[in-house]
Amino acid sequence: MVEARGLRFEQVAISLAGRRLIALDCTVAPGEVLTVMGPSGSGKSTLLAAITGTLEPVFDMAGRIRLDGRDLMSLPTEARQVGILFQDEYLFPHLSVGANLAFGLKPEVRARAARRDRIEAALAEVGLAGFAGRDPATLSGGQRARVALQRMLLSEPRALLLDEAFSKLDTGLRAQVRDLVFDTASRRALPVLQVTHDHSDAKAAGGEVVVLG
Amino acid sequence: MRRARFLPWAPLLTLAVMLGPVLAGLLGTLAPAFGYMPALGGKGLSLAAFEALFAWPGLPRAVMLSLGVGFAATALSLAIVVLICAGWAGTRTFGMIERLLSPLLSVPHAAAAFGLAFLIAPSGWITRALSPWATGWERPPDLLILQDPAGLSLIFGLVTKEVPFLLLMTLAALTQVRPGQSLRVAQALGYGRVTGWLKVIFPLVYRQIRLPVYAVLAFSMSVVDVAIILGPNTPPSLAVQVVRWMSDPDLAFRFQAAAGAVLQLALVLLGLGLWRLMEVAVARLGRLWVASGARGGRRGEQAVRLGALVLGALAALTVIAGLAGQVVWSFAGLWQYPDFWPDALSLRNWQRHGPRLSGPVTETLVIAGAATFLALLLTLASLEAEHRHGLRPATRALWLLYLPLIVPQVAFLMGFQTLSILTGVDGGRAAVVLAHLVFVLPYVFLSLADPWRAWDRRQDTIARALGAGPDRVLWAVRLPMLLRPLLIAAAVGFAVSVGQYLPTLLVGAGRVATLTTEAVALASGGDRRVIGVYALAQTAAAFAPFALAVLLPRVLWRNRKGMRDG
Amino acid sequence: MIRSMTAALAAFALAAPLAAQEVTPDPKDWPAITEAAKGQTVYWHAWGGGNAINDYIAWAAGEVKSRHGVSVEHVKLKDTADAVSRVIAEKSAGKDAGGAVDLIWINGENFAAMKEQGLLFGPWAEDLPNWQFVDVAGKPAVTSDFTVPTEGLEAPWGMAQIVFYHDTARLAEPPRSIPALAAWARANPGRFAYPQPPDFLGSTFLKQAVIELTPDPRVLQEPVSEETYAAATAPLWGYLDDLTPNLWRGGAAYPQSGPRLIQLMNDGEIDLALSFNPNEPSNAIANYELPETVRTYVLDGGTIGNASFVAIPYNANAKEGALVLANFLMSPEAQARKQDPVIWGSGTVLALDKLSPEDRAAFDAIELGVATLSPAELGQSLPEPHPSWMVRLEEDWTARYGVGQ
Repeated sequence: MVEARGLRFEQVAISLAGRRLIALDCTVAPGEVLTVMGPSGSGKSTLLAAITGTLEPVFDMAGRIRLDGRDLMSLPTEARQVGILFQDEYLFPHLSVGANLAFGLKPEVRARAARRDRIEAALAEVGLAGFAGRDPATLSGGQRARVALQRMLLSEPRALLLDEAFSKLDTGLRAQVRDLVFDTASRRALPVLQVTHDHSDAKAAGGEVVVLG
Repeated sequence: MRRARFLPWAPLLTLAVMLGPVLAGLLGTLAPAFGYMPALGGKGLSLAAFEALFAWPGLPRAVMLSLGVGFAATALSLAIVVLICAGWAGTRTFGMIERLLSPLLSVPHAAAAFGLAFLIAPSGWITRALSPWATGWERPPDLLILQDPAGLSLIFGLVTKEVPFLLLMTLAALTQVRPGQSLRVAQALGYGRVTGWLKVIFPLVYRQIRLPVYAVLAFSMSVVDVAIILGPNTPPSLAVQVVRWMSDPDLAFRFQAAAGAVLQLALVLLGLGLWRLMEVAVARLGRLWVASGARGGRRGEQAVRLGALVLGALAALTVIAGLAGQVVWSFAGLWQYPDFWPDALSLRNWQRHGPRLSGPVTETLVIAGAATFLALLLTLASLEAEHRHGLRPATRALWLLYLPLIVPQVAFLMGFQTLSILTGVDGGRAAVVLAHLVFVLPYVFLSLADPWRAWDRRQDTIARALGAGPDRVLWAVRLPMLLRPLLIAAAVGFAVSVGQYLPTLLVGAGRVATLTTEAVALASGGDRRVIGVYALAQTAAAFAPFALAVLLPRVLWRNRKGMRDG
Repeated sequence: MIRSMTAALAAFALAAPLAAQEVTPDPKDWPAITEAAKGQTVYWHAWGGGNAINDYIAWAAGEVKSRHGVSVEHVKLKDTADAVSRVIAEKSAGKDAGGAVDLIWINGENFAAMKEQGLLFGPWAEDLPNWQFVDVAGKPAVTSDFTVPTEGLEAPWGMAQIVFYHDTARLAEPPRSIPALAAWARANPGRFAYPQPPDFLGSTFLKQAVIELTPDPRVLQEPVSEETYAAATAPLWGYLDDLTPNLWRGGAAYPQSGPRLIQLMNDGEIDLALSFNPNEPSNAIANYELPETVRTYVLDGGTIGNASFVAIPYNANAKEGALVLANFLMSPEAQARKQDPVIWGSGTVLALDKLSPEDRAAFDAIELGVATLSPAELGQSLPEPHPSWMVRLEEDWTARYGVGQ
């Protein structure tokens, strides 16, 4: 049987101490965006943790999550091929911008020159050509967001998770970065799941909206 | 993967390394206390040792002295630390205090005590500065300042060394509590800085530093080396008396010494219990005070801030001036009362002892390096096992980590030595490293655990989502990001190892000569010049890693703004 | 946890103690001893608080290495009891061979205790080749350590005698008897101190006083008995009751060791002190620890003297090497060097008339230190009382003056 592409939730149910937080049964097709909204404490981030495989043991989870047909549940985080962006960019502060990108770039790209070229290209793509040697702490908020996006993309994820990814950016920048992320995701045909409490994020995504809590 | 199988066992192994020797050592003390020590003809069980102990006329005063000194030194140190934090945390002054910490921590206890003794004795440096021109004292006055029966100079000496330690622990706790916002809220509500800090931050901080405070209490109640130099001796505190009995040529006193050691342990447990009761009482009063809504008067606030700073500065200055005195002594020719400065300065002493330092220095560095490395390895493995396998440390198990710090050394080192001979692990460098590990490990663990656990787990999620396995995350992300606390923990562990005397002597069979064993043996000759040389060497050995822990990240991360205050 | 530890300990205790595979050396067969000693390492546990002493021990180690192929490691102790403790711990753990202590610098109570507990190897001392030079007749202390017969279990290597010292710049005419000392202290309160018993120098001061004050000093040579004790010591307690308020700090605190007295003298806190090494003040002057105006003297009625020894624990690892070292320490050459005040200044245990003319000349050539008395000035030393007196005196002293009542 040919498995469906995309991010599939099969009767996923997460509960904490007997209280049901999340019940989800749906598929996010490649290039589509599913927006999950809800007040804090409703379990939005818990859902993302379930997908990345970092769910705390205190939660009980039933059901399955599949990505392009693979069952994610049995895989460790690093093998799930799920990229994630948080509200903070979490650029590793001890690495240069280039080294941060190199951390994301697959080891299959072996030759040093080839790796450097890929990184330069990724930076140039978002208008940051020549930034490889910079200290991430010296970048502006928009620059950091773009580096984080490119670092994630270099790891060649097959799905994209956004955890309030734009909430720290001011309005102008927010739209700009958001468009960049969504355009890239649709161009690469990545299923996207975003968690937010901001309706403008949901509207920009244009996809289905699930409200928790 | 072998590590995968080792990791889940790391916490258990760590506990065994720390607790096994302590518990075995306790058994080796309990047995002779109850009359069992075949080597000296004690083959049955009896209470004779305790009867002899309770018949010793000095016992009531020795016990009261231990309790009194322990409580006074701990309470005073804690008060100074808390008020300094309440009054100054986050200010530029506080930054200066932080920078002073590591040098102060590096001065060995005994060296600090010798330094203090030379400062405050009736013939000491302070008197010399004022005599005879201001005081008229052509001869030093016959005043009981050192070794006073109430133990005041001993308390003073202990406070000067415990304030830096508690401050270090409090700083670690503060990075977790993140006081800035809460304090700003309190200040916005009209609370004074000190009052606000005490009401809002202190309860959170104290919960985190409670165990270090207990360790300080236990240490102050059972300290030996500092007490011999500064403490009273008619009678001395119980721990000192136990050591005297232990080294009495009349071997029958060994049983009494063991009984005294058991009593010392009971005394420490009693002290901890009393302290716990005081905590409850203070907490109750504190809640009433918080509920009262008192905001703290401006003048009172200023007085407290100034007072705390003066007391803290006094403690720091004492250690520094004491060390300066040792430097001068190490170069001194004849130096008599009331001269403020030696008749002549000479290099002879350094020429004589300097070349002989190389052996002990190497031994000290090798042992401290190895013990610290092993301690770091076990600590990291335990913390990483906790992280990867979700082995949440039951907070109930945490106090076990403090056991080697809380059980008085006199109560278990005798048995510890016997155990090491029984197992054949003695008489060599490796054995000494293992013995040091027992004391180094708790400090390394406690220094590193909080920053390790406070590391944002989303860094881990991000790195893993980028395709990095747990090992790569550990080596490429977590360890570099936590380099500074890692180095600080190593420096603390190193300093602890450098200062070990009895474990080195007992397990090394006297064959492993470190700076500290040499220093203690030479100090028994009473020549302040030699004591000065070795005190400086010890301080340098303990200080070097602290300096490295500050400098290395600065050099490595000179172009990484985000790592500066990590 | 505790249960498993107990089980582990029991397992260790049940395991057979290390097999005693060694052959007990026979000191009478000296060539065999020196042969077996070659290549051994002797761990010599000796007090490590004196620069001059440490230097001397380092010299002796070098000589024994080059002459006999025996390596000597000086384990620097702060207290002889640490070495005794080590042997006891090894016996407790069943380690009856291959022990860590090969030779101990020892005398008095420590020797008596180790002898009584069977912790010493021997007899051997009187079989050493250099024993022939020892002044057995002229120095009874070399075979009677605090009245306890040495029975060849330890070899003498130095003589010590109590001397008092004072800074002539501050005190010209010091008191020359125990009663005169009390009178002087009354006139000069706070200017004399003795270390707190059971420190050996402090205890020796008590013994010095009791010898001078007791009605019949001969009873002190016998083990203490209830009938004799009270009468023999009553004058001492009366004396101390009188002296104590006039001591340094009024007797509320005591120096903890002999070397501390040197500090106090140098700091001007006291004007009169005592030492168990007649040459110690001279060494201290050479080392800038005391001013050049310090001089020593003995009391008119004489002062206590004793010998110090080296002994070998029953489970020592390098007994042959220890024997070779002990023999070397008794050699005329080593003894002459030791007596030289520039080196150490500790009295010899040898009889000069038994030595060859050349060896005797080496002794005669020694120049005394600036504050050191000649043997004639030191005079005949008084014998130590039986160790049981010391135990009782220390106990009573502690009850009366050591616990602050």
